[in-house]
Amino acid sequence: MDTMRDRFAPVVTRLLDEDPRVAVVLAEIGTDGFAEALRRHPDRVVNVGIREQLLIGAASGMALTGLRPVVHTFASFLVERPFEQVKLDLGHQGAGAVLVSAAASFDWPAGGYTHMAPGDVALLDTLDGWTVHVPGHPDEAEALLRHAVAAGDDKVYVRLSVQSNAQGLPVDGERFRTVREGRSGVVVAVGPVLDAVLHATEGLDVTVLYATTVRPFDAAGLRRATGTAGTDVVLVEPYLAGTSTAAANDALADVPHRVLGLGVGRAELRRYGRIEEHVTAHGLDARSLRERIGGFLAAGGAVPTGA
Amino acid sequence: MTIIEEHARSYGYTDLPALMGLMTGDEKHGPAATSTLDVLWVLYDRVLRVGPERMDDPGRDRFLLSKGHGPMAYYAVLAAKGFLPVDWLTGFGSYDSPLGHHPDRLLVPGAEIGSGSLGHGLPIAVGTALGLRAQGLDEPRVWTLIGDAELDEGSNHEAIAFAGPAGLERLHTVVVDNSSASHARPGGIVARFEAAGWSALTVDGRDHEALYTAFTAPHPGRPHVVVARVEPKNA
Repeated sequence: MDTMRDRFAPVVTRLLDEDPRVAVVLAEIGTDGFAEALRRHPDRVVNVGIREQLLIGAASGMALTGLRPVVHTFASFLVERPFEQVKLDLGHQGAGAVLVSAAASFDWPAGGYTHMAPGDVALLDTLDGWTVHVPGHPDEAEALLRHAVAAGDDKVYVRLSVQSNAQGLPVDGERFRTVREGRSGVVVAVGPVLDAVLHATEGLDVTVLYATTVRPFDAAGLRRATGTAGTDVVLVEPYLAGTSTAAANDALADVPHRVLGLGVGRAELRRYGRIEEHVTAHGLDARSLRERIGGFLAAGGAVPTGA
Repeated sequence: MTIIEEHARSYGYTDLPALMGLMTGDEKHGPAATSTLDVLWVLYDRVLRVGPERMDDPGRDRFLLSKGHGPMAYYAVLAAKGFLPVDWLTGFGSYDSPLGHHPDRLLVPGAEIGSGSLGHGLPIAVGTALGLRAQGLDEPRVWTLIGDAELDEGSNHEAIAFAGPAGLERLHTVVVDNSSASHARPGGIVARFEAAGWSALTVDGRDHEALYTAFTAPHPGRPHVVVARVEPKNA
Protein backbone atom coordinates (compact mmCIF):
# COMPACT_ATOMS: atom_id res chain seq x y z
CA MET A 1 0.00 0.00 0.00
CA ASP A 2 1.20 3.51 -0.69
CA THR A 3 1.71 5.88 2.21
CA MET A 4 -0.05 9.11 3.13
CA ARG A 5 3.05 10.97 2.11
CA ASP A 6 3.02 9.27 -1.30
CA ARG A 7 -0.32 10.99 -1.84
CA PHE A 8 0.80 14.38 -0.56
CA ALA A 9 2.81 15.69 -3.52
CA PRO A 10 0.40 14.43 -6.24
CA VAL A 11 -2.65 15.87 -4.44
CA VAL A 12 -1.04 19.23 -3.78
CA THR A 13 0.35 19.32 -7.32
CA ARG A 14 -3.23 19.03 -8.60
CA LEU A 15 -4.31 21.78 -6.20
CA LEU A 16 -1.49 23.98 -7.56
CA ASP A 17 -2.89 23.42 -11.04
CA GLU A 18 -6.45 24.16 -9.96
CA ASP A 19 -6.05 27.11 -7.60
CA PRO A 20 -3.69 30.03 -8.29
CA ARG A 21 -3.70 30.90 -4.55
CA VAL A 22 -1.97 27.66 -3.58
CA ALA A 23 1.78 27.71 -2.99
CA VAL A 24 4.15 25.08 -1.60
CA VAL A 25 7.02 25.91 0.73
CA LEU A 26 9.64 23.28 1.49
CA ALA A 27 12.87 23.10 3.43
CA GLU A 28 14.75 20.56 1.30
CA ILE A 29 12.78 17.61 2.69
CA GLY A 30 10.15 16.39 0.22
CA THR A 31 11.41 18.31 -2.82
CA ASP A 32 11.62 15.24 -5.07
CA GLY A 33 7.86 14.82 -5.19
CA PHE A 34 7.41 18.39 -6.36
CA ALA A 35 9.92 18.35 -9.24
CA GLU A 36 7.18 18.41 -11.89
CA ALA A 37 5.13 20.97 -9.97
CA LEU A 38 8.21 23.17 -9.73
CA ARG A 39 8.57 23.06 -13.51
CA ARG A 40 4.93 23.98 -14.01
CA HIS A 41 4.72 26.59 -11.23
CA PRO A 42 8.24 27.88 -10.59
CA ASP A 43 7.03 30.85 -8.54
CA ARG A 44 4.59 28.88 -6.38
CA VAL A 45 6.85 26.00 -5.37
CA VAL A 46 9.66 27.30 -3.18
CA ASN A 47 12.44 25.36 -1.49
CA VAL A 48 14.15 27.61 1.07
CA GLY A 49 16.87 25.09 1.86
CA ILE A 50 17.49 23.70 5.33
CA ARG A 51 16.08 26.79 7.04
CA GLU A 52 13.01 26.09 9.12
CA GLN A 53 12.59 29.52 10.67
CA LEU A 54 12.54 30.95 7.16
CA LEU A 55 10.19 28.15 6.10
CA ILE A 56 7.45 29.45 8.38
CA GLY A 57 8.39 33.13 8.06
CA ALA A 58 8.28 32.94 4.26
CA ALA A 59 4.94 31.14 4.38
CA SER A 60 3.62 33.96 6.56
CA GLY A 61 4.77 36.59 4.08
CA MET A 62 3.22 34.69 1.19
CA ALA A 63 -0.06 34.40 3.10
CA LEU A 64 -0.02 38.14 3.83
CA THR A 65 0.04 38.77 0.06
CA GLY A 66 -3.03 36.56 -0.36
CA LEU A 67 -1.60 33.14 -1.15
CA ARG A 68 -2.52 29.83 0.55
CA PRO A 69 0.84 28.31 1.51
CA VAL A 70 1.18 24.58 2.08
CA VAL A 71 4.28 24.01 4.20
CA HIS A 72 5.94 20.63 4.59
CA THR A 73 8.74 18.93 6.44
CA PHE A 74 9.14 16.42 9.27
CA ALA A 75 6.99 17.22 12.30
CA SER A 76 9.95 17.94 14.55
CA PHE A 77 11.26 20.58 12.13
CA LEU A 78 7.84 21.96 11.18
CA VAL A 79 6.31 22.55 14.61
CA GLU A 80 8.99 22.19 17.26
CA ARG A 81 12.08 23.85 15.83
CA PRO A 82 10.32 26.99 14.49
CA PHE A 83 7.64 27.09 17.15
CA GLU A 84 7.93 30.83 17.77
CA GLN A 85 7.46 31.43 14.06
CA VAL A 86 4.33 29.27 14.16
CA LYS A 87 3.08 31.28 17.14
CA LEU A 88 3.98 34.76 15.86
CA ASP A 89 4.39 34.70 12.08
CA LEU A 90 1.12 32.83 11.61
CA GLY A 91 -0.98 33.29 14.77
CA HIS A 92 -0.02 36.78 15.87
CA GLN A 93 0.11 38.14 12.31
CA GLY A 94 -3.35 36.76 11.61
CA ALA A 95 -1.96 34.75 8.69
CA GLY A 96 -3.08 31.27 7.71
CA ALA A 97 -1.24 28.28 6.31
CA VAL A 98 -1.52 24.53 5.95
CA LEU A 99 1.30 22.76 7.77
CA VAL A 100 1.71 19.19 6.59
CA SER A 101 4.10 17.04 8.60
CA ALA A 102 5.68 13.68 8.05
CA ALA A 103 7.46 11.22 10.34
CA ALA A 104 4.89 11.64 13.17
CA SER A 105 5.76 10.20 16.60
CA PHE A 106 8.13 7.40 15.54
CA ASP A 107 7.73 6.66 11.84
CA TRP A 108 11.49 6.27 11.56
CA PRO A 109 12.56 4.62 14.81
CA ALA A 110 16.05 3.89 13.50
CA GLY A 111 16.43 7.65 13.09
CA GLY A 112 16.12 8.13 16.83
CA TYR A 113 14.58 10.82 19.02
CA THR A 114 15.76 13.75 16.87
CA HIS A 115 13.24 12.68 14.24
CA MET A 116 10.36 11.91 16.59
CA ALA A 117 7.67 14.47 17.40
CA PRO A 118 5.13 12.96 19.79
CA GLY A 119 4.54 16.44 21.26
CA ASP A 120 3.50 18.25 18.08
CA VAL A 121 -0.25 18.29 18.69
CA ALA A 122 0.19 19.18 22.38
CA LEU A 123 2.41 22.11 21.38
CA LEU A 124 -0.16 23.41 18.89
CA ASP A 125 -2.70 23.10 21.71
CA THR A 126 -0.99 26.03 23.43
CA LEU A 127 -2.08 28.22 20.51
CA ASP A 128 -5.48 29.47 19.42
CA GLY A 129 -7.35 28.64 16.27
CA TRP A 130 -5.55 25.60 14.87
CA THR A 131 -7.41 22.85 13.09
CA VAL A 132 -5.61 19.51 13.47
CA HIS A 133 -6.24 16.60 11.12
CA VAL A 134 -4.77 13.17 11.90
CA PRO A 135 -5.67 10.87 9.01
CA GLY A 136 -5.49 7.12 9.56
CA HIS A 137 -5.24 6.03 5.93
CA PRO A 138 -3.84 7.46 2.66
CA ASP A 139 -7.37 7.96 1.28
CA GLU A 140 -8.30 9.95 4.37
CA ALA A 141 -5.07 11.93 4.09
CA GLU A 142 -5.98 12.89 0.54
CA ALA A 143 -9.45 14.03 1.56
CA LEU A 144 -8.19 15.95 4.59
CA LEU A 145 -5.42 17.64 2.59
CA ARG A 146 -8.03 18.94 0.15
CA HIS A 147 -10.20 20.01 3.07
CA ALA A 148 -7.28 21.82 4.70
CA VAL A 149 -6.25 23.75 1.61
CA ALA A 150 -9.87 24.74 0.95
CA ALA A 151 -10.35 26.06 4.50
CA GLY A 152 -10.05 29.75 3.60
CA ASP A 153 -7.19 31.33 5.50
CA ASP A 154 -7.43 28.97 8.47
CA LYS A 155 -4.41 27.62 10.27
CA VAL A 156 -4.47 23.88 9.65
CA TYR A 157 -2.09 21.10 10.67
CA VAL A 158 -2.19 17.79 8.82
CA ARG A 159 -0.23 15.02 10.51
CA LEU A 160 0.83 12.37 8.01
CA SER A 161 2.25 9.04 9.11
CA VAL A 162 3.42 5.80 7.56
CA GLN A 163 1.28 4.09 10.19
CA SER A 164 -2.08 3.33 8.68
CA ASN A 165 -5.28 1.38 9.13
CA ALA A 166 -6.09 -1.30 6.54
CA GLN A 167 -9.20 0.47 5.26
CA GLY A 168 -9.94 4.12 4.81
CA LEU A 169 -13.22 5.57 6.06
CA PRO A 170 -15.19 8.58 4.87
CA VAL A 171 -14.00 11.72 6.67
CA ASP A 172 -15.70 15.12 6.80
CA GLY A 173 -12.91 17.22 8.31
CA GLU A 174 -14.96 17.97 11.42
CA ARG A 175 -16.73 15.22 13.32
CA PHE A 176 -15.92 11.95 15.02
CA ARG A 177 -17.37 8.91 13.31
CA THR A 178 -19.10 6.11 15.22
CA VAL A 179 -17.63 2.80 14.10
CA ARG A 180 -18.98 0.55 16.84
CA GLU A 181 -21.73 1.00 19.43
CA GLY A 182 -21.85 -0.34 22.97
CA ARG A 183 -23.18 0.50 26.43
CA SER A 184 -20.22 0.41 28.77
CA GLY A 185 -17.74 3.04 27.76
CA VAL A 186 -16.55 5.20 24.88
CA VAL A 187 -13.18 4.68 23.22
CA VAL A 188 -11.97 7.46 20.95
CA ALA A 189 -9.40 6.19 18.44
CA VAL A 190 -7.38 8.87 16.68
CA GLY A 191 -6.14 8.25 13.15
CA PRO A 192 -3.82 5.28 12.61
CA VAL A 193 -4.54 3.60 15.96
CA LEU A 194 -8.07 2.60 14.89
CA ASP A 195 -7.27 -0.94 13.76
CA ALA A 196 -5.45 -1.70 17.00
CA VAL A 197 -8.32 -0.22 19.03
CA LEU A 198 -10.96 -2.23 17.16
CA HIS A 199 -8.93 -5.39 17.65
CA ALA A 200 -8.36 -4.59 21.34
CA THR A 201 -12.03 -3.89 22.07
CA GLU A 202 -13.36 -6.94 20.20
CA GLY A 203 -16.13 -8.40 22.36
CA LEU A 204 -16.15 -5.45 24.79
CA ASP A 205 -19.46 -3.59 25.09
CA VAL A 206 -18.03 -0.20 24.12
CA THR A 207 -18.70 2.52 21.62
CA VAL A 208 -15.71 3.27 19.40
CA LEU A 209 -15.49 6.73 17.91
CA TYR A 210 -13.01 7.38 15.13
CA ALA A 211 -11.38 10.81 15.16
CA THR A 212 -9.42 12.13 12.19
CA THR A 213 -9.99 15.78 13.07
CA VAL A 214 -9.00 16.33 16.72
CA ARG A 215 -9.00 20.14 16.83
CA PRO A 216 -11.51 21.53 17.17
CA PHE A 217 -12.40 18.59 19.41
CA ASP A 218 -15.82 17.14 18.58
CA ALA A 219 -17.25 17.68 22.06
CA ALA A 220 -20.82 17.25 20.86
CA GLY A 221 -19.94 13.91 19.26
CA LEU A 222 -18.35 12.64 22.45
CA ARG A 223 -21.30 13.79 24.57
CA ARG A 224 -23.74 12.13 22.21
CA ALA A 225 -21.86 8.84 22.48
CA THR A 226 -21.92 8.96 26.29
CA GLY A 227 -25.72 9.11 26.12
CA THR A 228 -25.91 5.35 25.61
CA ALA A 229 -22.39 4.23 26.42
CA GLY A 230 -21.86 6.08 29.69
CA THR A 231 -19.17 8.53 30.69
CA ASP A 232 -16.16 6.25 31.03
CA VAL A 233 -13.99 7.59 28.22
CA VAL A 234 -10.72 6.23 26.84
CA LEU A 235 -8.70 8.30 24.40
CA VAL A 236 -6.15 6.48 22.26
CA GLU A 237 -3.91 8.94 20.44
CA PRO A 238 -0.88 8.28 18.22
CA TYR A 239 1.01 11.19 19.82
CA LEU A 240 1.68 12.22 23.43
CA ALA A 241 -0.61 10.40 25.87
CA GLY A 242 -3.24 12.66 27.39
CA THR A 243 -3.06 15.34 24.69
CA SER A 244 -6.86 15.42 24.40
CA THR A 245 -7.70 14.60 28.01
CA ALA A 246 -8.49 18.23 28.85
CA ALA A 247 -10.71 18.54 25.79
CA ALA A 248 -12.64 15.40 26.78
CA ASN A 249 -12.97 16.67 30.36
CA ASP A 250 -14.28 20.00 29.09
CA ALA A 251 -16.81 18.21 26.90
CA LEU A 252 -18.17 16.39 29.96
CA ALA A 253 -17.66 19.12 32.55
CA ASP A 254 -21.25 19.04 33.82
CA VAL A 255 -21.52 15.26 34.32
CA PRO A 256 -19.55 12.83 36.46
CA HIS A 257 -17.07 11.11 34.19
CA ARG A 258 -13.72 9.34 34.01
CA VAL A 259 -11.13 9.78 31.30
CA LEU A 260 -8.10 7.61 30.52
CA GLY A 261 -5.62 9.10 28.09
CA LEU A 262 -3.48 6.59 26.21
CA GLY A 263 -0.81 7.42 23.68
CA VAL A 264 2.90 7.85 23.30
CA GLY A 265 4.79 8.03 26.58
CA ARG A 266 6.71 11.12 27.61
CA ALA A 267 9.90 9.29 28.56
CA GLU A 268 12.55 9.00 25.90
CA LEU A 269 13.02 5.32 25.06
CA ARG A 270 16.52 5.72 23.59
CA ARG A 271 15.76 2.79 21.31
CA TYR A 272 15.96 2.41 17.55
CA GLY A 273 14.44 -0.57 15.78
CA ARG A 274 11.07 -0.93 14.04
CA ILE A 275 7.75 0.89 14.33
CA GLU A 276 5.99 -2.17 15.77
CA GLU A 277 8.56 -2.34 18.55
CA HIS A 278 7.83 1.27 19.49
CA VAL A 279 4.08 0.71 19.28
CA THR A 280 4.49 -2.09 21.80
CA ALA A 281 6.92 -0.17 23.98
CA HIS A 282 4.33 2.60 24.33
CA GLY A 283 1.56 0.11 25.06
CA LEU A 284 -0.33 0.89 21.88
CA ASP A 285 -0.46 -2.66 20.48
CA ALA A 286 -3.82 -4.41 20.59
CA ARG A 287 -2.94 -6.68 23.49
CA SER A 288 -1.69 -3.85 25.73
CA LEU A 289 -4.62 -1.67 24.75
CA ARG A 290 -7.10 -4.39 25.63
CA GLU A 291 -5.50 -4.82 29.01
CA ARG A 292 -5.47 -1.12 29.80
CA ILE A 293 -8.89 -0.31 28.37
CA GLY A 294 -10.45 -3.39 29.97
CA GLY A 295 -8.88 -2.62 33.34
CA PHE A 296 -10.05 0.98 33.28
CA LEU A 297 -13.61 0.08 32.35
CA ALA A 298 -13.82 -2.76 34.87
CA ALA A 299 -12.78 -0.37 37.63
CA GLY A 300 -15.57 2.02 36.70
CA GLY A 301 -19.28 1.86 36.96
CA ALA A 302 -20.35 4.91 35.03
CA VAL A 303 -23.86 4.75 33.68
CA PRO A 304 -25.36 6.15 30.48
CA THR A 305 -26.36 9.80 30.83
CA GLY A 306 -29.42 9.14 28.70
CA ALA A 307 -28.72 12.33 26.77
CA MET B 1 -9.92 67.16 17.28
CA THR B 2 -11.46 64.83 14.71
CA ILE B 3 -9.80 62.47 12.31
CA ILE B 4 -10.98 64.53 9.33
CA GLU B 5 -9.28 67.63 10.70
CA GLU B 6 -6.17 65.59 11.31
CA HIS B 7 -6.02 64.41 7.76
CA ALA B 8 -6.55 67.94 6.54
CA ARG B 9 -3.44 69.09 8.33
CA SER B 10 -0.08 68.19 6.94
CA TYR B 11 2.93 67.34 9.06
CA GLY B 12 6.59 67.61 8.20
CA TYR B 13 9.85 66.26 9.54
CA THR B 14 10.14 69.10 12.06
CA ASP B 15 6.80 68.07 13.61
CA LEU B 16 8.04 64.56 14.47
CA PRO B 17 9.69 65.44 17.82
CA ALA B 18 6.43 67.00 19.02
CA LEU B 19 4.45 63.96 17.83
CA MET B 20 6.85 61.68 19.68
CA GLY B 21 6.51 63.95 22.69
CA LEU B 22 2.78 63.12 22.76
CA MET B 23 3.78 59.51 23.46
CA THR B 24 6.62 60.05 25.90
CA GLY B 25 5.48 63.25 27.61
CA ASP B 26 8.87 64.73 26.84
CA GLU B 27 8.34 68.08 25.10
CA LYS B 28 11.99 68.42 24.14
CA HIS B 29 12.24 65.06 22.43
CA GLY B 30 15.04 65.45 19.91
CA PRO B 31 15.58 63.31 16.81
CA ALA B 32 18.79 61.93 18.30
CA ALA B 33 16.71 60.04 20.85
CA THR B 34 15.59 57.55 18.26
CA SER B 35 17.88 55.83 15.82
CA THR B 36 15.21 55.02 13.24
CA LEU B 37 13.57 58.44 12.85
CA ASP B 38 15.42 59.73 9.80
CA VAL B 39 15.35 56.42 7.96
CA LEU B 40 11.61 56.11 8.55
CA TRP B 41 10.93 59.67 7.48
CA VAL B 42 12.89 59.44 4.23
CA LEU B 43 11.23 56.12 3.39
CA TYR B 44 7.67 57.27 4.06
CA ASP B 45 8.19 60.78 2.67
CA ARG B 46 10.07 59.99 -0.52
CA VAL B 47 10.50 56.30 -1.26
CA LEU B 48 7.57 54.08 -0.31
CA ARG B 49 4.55 54.09 -2.61
CA VAL B 50 2.08 53.77 0.23
CA GLY B 51 -0.56 55.91 1.82
CA PRO B 52 -3.63 55.78 4.03
CA GLU B 53 -5.85 55.64 0.95
CA ARG B 54 -4.19 52.49 -0.39
CA MET B 55 -3.60 50.34 2.69
CA ASP B 56 -5.40 47.41 1.01
CA ASP B 57 -4.03 48.04 -2.49
CA PRO B 58 -2.26 44.84 -3.65
CA GLY B 59 0.09 47.06 -5.67
CA ARG B 60 1.37 49.08 -2.70
CA ASP B 61 4.92 48.85 -1.47
CA ARG B 62 5.30 46.88 1.78
CA PHE B 63 7.27 48.23 4.72
CA LEU B 64 7.83 45.71 7.52
CA LEU B 65 9.19 47.16 10.74
CA SER B 66 11.12 44.21 12.13
CA LYS B 67 12.80 46.10 14.95
CA GLY B 68 9.60 46.67 16.90
CA HIS B 69 11.34 47.99 20.01
CA GLY B 70 10.97 51.73 20.56
CA PRO B 71 8.26 52.30 17.95
CA MET B 72 7.62 55.97 18.85
CA ALA B 73 9.32 57.22 15.69
CA TYR B 74 7.30 54.74 13.60
CA TYR B 75 3.98 55.80 15.12
CA ALA B 76 4.94 59.47 14.76
CA VAL B 77 5.67 59.00 11.05
CA LEU B 78 2.45 56.99 10.52
CA ALA B 79 0.50 59.76 12.25
CA ALA B 80 2.26 62.47 10.27
CA LYS B 81 1.41 60.67 7.04
CA GLY B 82 -2.24 60.22 7.99
CA PHE B 83 -2.31 56.46 8.62
CA LEU B 84 -3.48 56.96 12.17
CA PRO B 85 -5.00 59.90 14.06
CA VAL B 86 -2.58 62.09 15.99
CA ASP B 87 -4.80 61.92 19.06
CA TRP B 88 -4.08 58.18 19.35
CA LEU B 89 -0.48 58.99 20.28
CA THR B 90 -1.20 60.18 23.81
CA GLY B 91 -2.54 56.78 24.83
CA PHE B 92 0.73 55.01 23.88
CA GLY B 93 1.04 51.74 25.77
CA SER B 94 -2.24 52.01 27.65
CA TYR B 95 -4.87 49.27 27.83
CA ASP B 96 -7.30 50.97 25.46
CA SER B 97 -4.67 52.15 23.00
CA PRO B 98 -3.96 50.36 19.72
CA LEU B 99 -0.39 51.62 20.02
CA GLY B 100 1.75 49.32 22.14
CA HIS B 101 5.42 49.31 22.93
CA HIS B 102 5.64 46.79 20.12
CA PRO B 103 3.32 47.29 17.12
CA ASP B 104 0.47 44.90 16.29
CA ARG B 105 -0.55 44.83 12.62
CA LEU B 106 -4.14 44.01 13.53
CA LEU B 107 -4.36 47.19 15.62
CA VAL B 108 -2.19 49.75 13.83
CA PRO B 109 -3.40 51.08 10.46
CA GLY B 110 -0.57 50.88 7.97
CA ALA B 111 1.54 48.41 9.96
CA GLU B 112 2.25 45.48 7.65
CA ILE B 113 3.45 43.20 10.46
CA GLY B 114 3.37 42.98 14.21
CA SER B 115 6.85 42.86 15.66
CA GLY B 116 8.69 42.87 18.96
CA SER B 117 10.35 39.51 19.02
CA LEU B 118 13.50 40.14 16.99
CA GLY B 119 14.40 38.40 13.77
CA HIS B 120 10.95 37.91 12.27
CA GLY B 121 10.63 40.78 9.79
CA LEU B 122 13.26 39.77 7.25
CA PRO B 123 12.00 36.18 6.80
CA ILE B 124 8.44 37.47 6.45
CA ALA B 125 9.69 40.08 3.96
CA VAL B 126 11.27 37.28 1.92
CA GLY B 127 7.90 35.53 1.81
CA THR B 128 6.15 38.77 0.92
CA ALA B 129 8.52 39.24 -2.01
CA LEU B 130 7.93 35.63 -3.10
CA GLY B 131 4.17 36.01 -2.75
CA LEU B 132 4.03 39.19 -4.82
CA ARG B 133 6.23 37.63 -7.51
CA ALA B 134 4.05 34.52 -7.64
CA GLN B 135 1.01 36.69 -8.32
CA GLY B 136 2.68 38.68 -11.08
CA LEU B 137 2.63 41.86 -8.99
CA ASP B 138 5.87 43.26 -10.32
CA GLU B 139 5.53 46.84 -9.14
CA PRO B 140 5.49 46.61 -5.35
CA ARG B 141 8.79 46.69 -3.53
CA VAL B 142 9.30 45.16 -0.11
CA TRP B 143 11.24 46.89 2.66
CA THR B 144 12.16 45.80 6.13
CA LEU B 145 13.96 47.66 8.89
CA ILE B 146 16.15 45.81 11.36
CA GLY B 147 18.64 46.86 14.00
CA ASP B 148 22.33 45.95 14.05
CA ALA B 149 21.92 43.93 17.25
CA GLU B 150 18.82 42.30 15.81
CA LEU B 151 21.17 40.65 13.32
CA ASP B 152 22.31 38.46 16.22
CA GLU B 153 19.17 36.41 15.61
CA GLY B 154 19.94 33.46 13.35
CA SER B 155 16.61 33.67 11.55
CA ASN B 156 17.92 36.76 9.73
CA HIS B 157 20.80 34.76 8.37
CA GLU B 158 18.47 32.12 7.00
CA ALA B 159 16.70 34.90 5.10
CA ILE B 160 19.87 36.72 3.97
CA ALA B 161 21.47 33.52 2.70
CA PHE B 162 18.33 32.57 0.77
CA ALA B 163 17.37 35.95 -0.71
CA GLY B 164 20.69 36.62 -2.44
CA PRO B 165 20.96 33.40 -4.44
CA ALA B 166 17.18 33.54 -5.07
CA GLY B 167 17.70 36.94 -6.72
CA LEU B 168 14.88 38.67 -4.86
CA GLU B 169 15.45 42.04 -6.48
CA ARG B 170 12.37 43.64 -4.97
CA LEU B 171 13.55 42.92 -1.42
CA HIS B 172 15.16 45.79 0.49
CA THR B 173 16.59 45.83 4.01
CA VAL B 174 17.65 48.80 6.08
CA VAL B 175 19.94 47.99 8.97
CA VAL B 176 19.95 50.86 11.44
CA ASP B 177 23.37 50.53 13.02
CA ASN B 178 23.76 52.26 16.36
CA SER B 179 26.54 49.89 17.43
CA SER B 180 24.33 48.14 19.93
CA ALA B 181 25.44 44.55 19.18
CA SER B 182 27.59 43.16 21.99
CA HIS B 183 29.72 41.09 19.63
CA ALA B 184 30.48 42.72 16.30
CA ARG B 185 33.36 43.49 13.98
CA PRO B 186 33.83 46.59 11.83
CA GLY B 187 32.25 46.08 8.42
CA GLY B 188 30.75 42.80 9.52
CA ILE B 189 27.19 43.69 8.62
CA VAL B 190 27.83 44.62 5.01
CA ALA B 191 30.24 41.72 4.59
CA ARG B 192 27.61 39.18 5.53
CA PHE B 193 25.03 40.56 3.11
CA GLU B 194 27.60 40.86 0.32
CA ALA B 195 28.77 37.30 0.87
CA ALA B 196 25.20 36.22 0.17
CA GLY B 197 25.06 38.19 -3.06
CA TRP B 198 23.21 41.31 -1.95
CA SER B 199 23.82 44.80 -3.23
CA ALA B 200 25.01 46.77 -0.18
CA LEU B 201 25.60 50.42 0.69
CA THR B 202 26.59 52.09 3.94
CA VAL B 203 25.49 55.67 4.62
CA ASP B 204 25.08 58.25 7.35
CA GLY B 205 21.71 57.41 8.84
CA ARG B 206 21.01 61.07 9.67
CA ASP B 207 21.72 62.42 6.17
CA HIS B 208 18.42 62.50 4.30
CA GLU B 209 19.93 62.97 0.85
CA ALA B 210 22.44 60.19 1.38
CA LEU B 211 19.68 57.90 2.62
CA TYR B 212 17.47 58.73 -0.36
CA THR B 213 20.30 58.10 -2.79
CA ALA B 214 21.13 54.75 -1.17
CA PHE B 215 17.48 53.72 -0.99
CA THR B 216 16.94 54.40 -4.67
CA ALA B 217 20.21 53.04 -6.02
CA PRO B 218 19.68 50.45 -8.77
CA HIS B 219 20.47 46.83 -7.90
CA PRO B 220 19.40 44.69 -10.85
CA GLY B 221 18.82 41.04 -10.06
CA ARG B 222 19.85 41.29 -6.41
CA PRO B 223 18.26 42.26 -3.11
CA HIS B 224 19.53 45.49 -1.63
CA VAL B 225 20.67 46.42 1.86
CA VAL B 226 21.38 49.89 3.20
CA VAL B 227 23.33 50.09 6.43
CA ALA B 228 22.35 53.39 8.04
CA ARG B 229 24.94 54.32 10.64
CA VAL B 230 23.87 56.55 13.50
CA GLU B 231 25.49 57.63 16.75
CA PRO B 232 26.30 54.70 19.04
CA LYS B 233 23.55 53.80 21.47
CA ASN B 234 25.84 53.97 24.48
CA ALA B 235 28.03 56.89 23.37
